[in-house]
Amino acid sequence: MHDSHDVRIPVGPQHPALKEPESFIITLRGEKITSVNIKLGYNHRGIEKACEERSYVQDLYLIERICGICSHSHSTCFAQAVEEIAGVDIPPRAKYIRTLIAELERVHSHLLWLGVAGHEVGFDTLLMYTWRDREVVMDLLADITGNRVNYGINTLGGVRRDVSPDQAKAVLKALDILKKQTDYYVEIATKENTLINRLSGVGVLKHEDAVRLGAVGPTARASGVNSDVRKDDPYAAYGELDFKVITDNHEDVYGRTLVRVGELYESYKIIRQVIERMPEGPLTQKFPRKVPIGEASSRYEAPRGEDFHYVKSNGSEKPERVKVRAPTLANIQSVAHMLEDRYLADMPIVIAAIDPCFSCTDRMVSLKKDKQHKECLTWGELRKYSIAWHKEHGFDPDVLNLKYQRGLKS
Amino acid sequence: MMALLHIFIFPGILFLVLAGFTAEFIDRKLCARFQNRIGPPWFQPVADFIKLLGKEEASVDEADLTIFKLMPILAFTAAASAIFSIPLWGNKALSIFPGDAVVTLYLLTIPTLTYFLGGWYSRSVYSMIGAVRALTQLFAYEVPLLMVVLAAALFADSWSLSEIVNFYCRHPVYVFSNFLGFVIALIALLGKLEKVPFDIPEAETEIVAGSFTEYGGKLLAFIRLSLSVEMVVASALLASVFLPWGLTLHPVIAFLLTLFKILFIIFLISLFRSALARLRIDQMISFCWKYLAPAAFVQVLISLALKGVLPR
Repeated sequence: MHDSHDVRIPVGPQHPALKEPESFIITLRGEKITSVNIKLGYNHRGIEKACEERSYVQDLYLIERICGICSHSHSTCFAQAVEEIAGVDIPPRAKYIRTLIAELERVHSHLLWLGVAGHEVGFDTLLMYTWRDREVVMDLLADITGNRVNYGINTLGGVRRDVSPDQAKAVLKALDILKKQTDYYVEIATKENTLINRLSGVGVLKHEDAVRLGAVGPTARASGVNSDVRKDDPYAAYGELDFKVITDNHEDVYGRTLVRVGELYESYKIIRQVIERMPEGPLTQKFPRKVPIGEASSRYEAPRGEDFHYVKSNGSEKPERVKVRAPTLANIQSVAHMLEDRYLADMPIVIAAIDPCFSCTDRMVSLKKDKQHKECLTWGELRKYSIAWHKEHGFDPDVLNLKYQRGLKS
Repeated sequence: MMALLHIFIFPGILFLVLAGFTAEFIDRKLCARFQNRIGPPWFQPVADFIKLLGKEEASVDEADLTIFKLMPILAFTAAASAIFSIPLWGNKALSIFPGDAVVTLYLLTIPTLTYFLGGWYSRSVYSMIGAVRALTQLFAYEVPLLMVVLAAALFADSWSLSEIVNFYCRHPVYVFSNFLGFVIALIALLGKLEKVPFDIPEAETEIVAGSFTEYGGKLLAFIRLSLSVEMVVASALLASVFLPWGLTLHPVIAFLLTLFKILFIIFLISLFRSALARLRIDQMISFCWKYLAPAAFVQVLISLALKGVLPR
């Protein structure tokens, strides 16, 4: 496979194309990519484990710091799971405020992505313009929640701050500015030839592949997969709001751009409805310090795709297990597929097109040396080890197997 | 004595360095304003240069140090020596000989070759890919550029820049026949100066800084300076071939006019730079050979036809 004509070029862990450390070792023949080797793990912070050592309220703030862009997504997703275990239904006004912040976050995340995409194809003017307009949203978020990045508006059982009529007015005013600017970006995206040339036909992900590789969010929707947790499994106030799921059939980076720009318009629509229909009432519901025994999973449509949290409670003030599957983890599998047989110049934009958040994604598996006396395990050994570990902790996977086989028979 | 003055002070090294800094500042400031930024203060290019001069030098162990260190100096020298055959303040340049247009064009090609060699002998993967790209790109834009200058020269029936300028000053209206050539030369110039949309050899998000990845300190300072000087000299070349009006006026006015033309070309470069996205190398090559080269050929045909028809 590797002959003397192949050049291996390391993109990352430190590289101008990447905003976070991650390693893509790319094998090139001329300007064409022959293979990509992705290595994750440079950003692992052990947040899931750290959650088990802290109380639920502390976890909420820790979880919020998983990601700097979609912090509200993670904290809402976690809060929803915990609220489900505790059987607490949050007040309607809190639901609307959570939705408002979620959509403002989506707007700032998509504007940020548009700028990054421009930068990756050498179109820095787009970066400067979108990031200037993004400040409008950032200022709104700072005004409403008190913070630009980690908003800290969620609490278990509701939200911590109210939205005053003045703030609501400011949001509506900002929407007009943003809508005008978005019209301008649509014009650029549909008319600027160099940009279209760089985006269309690049990073193709066919509909079947998107389904097979489990892509989520705008990446999947640009391949014609009609999936959006806000519609499929409504949470917060989304069930009562009127909006469309934007899909596209370009199946490439250009399609992903169109989907994101289209979602900006939908977000403006949602924000307007939220401001108009926001019900009066309390902000929080009383929440118990100790969460009853139980487990729950929660889904949330983050700007990058479906975010998934699993929380298991053992009846104490600390969770037994917290599991986070950020959207990038679902999308990263498709990147290697999209890069096959493409040009080196497409690499930055293809990676950027899934809007990766590596710090959300990084996971680590470590093997304790004293148990197995070796660092490398084969798949079979790992499976045996896992079954033994679960049996030791009071759970017999064989029972599941029996149930599964009985299900097959009947 | 006069020769030394010309070489070191005006229009030689000192003038070119100052003009290079000014051109870099204007380019950066304009680009910043186009992008809705404030942009750097006027002394920023000088400050950058001085700061780089004070930096430590480092290189890859396997690099060929002789070539690695020689190339930035060579690039600067070649770009600077190209100025002497370009008429700046009258219809006579300092050095006139038959064929000086070709020599000027080739002196302006040398910097690109030095970037290739410097990048190749840095022995870093990013530099090597950047170096190969620089050379690939050279073959794409150099032919159209040469052809449109050839077209202007054919019309004027001379291979000397001063003669060409002289001819067009006698027939100012004939300059308009070269309009297509000017546009082509401007696009080729973007490739030569490695500016967006043709900054493929130093595409930041793909190969860090291309050929210049391993350069730092004094050497990088000289590379940047030679790029700025190249911008001034190449703009002056374009100004004298395609916009040769007013060079027969009083030398001071003619010189100011030349500076204004250079400024205009730099303005156009900045405009392109901020309005377009970077192309891929395959798109760049196919654009140059499918559209730019045939258009340049059309320009040659136009010049030949007009030469036969119009009075001289």
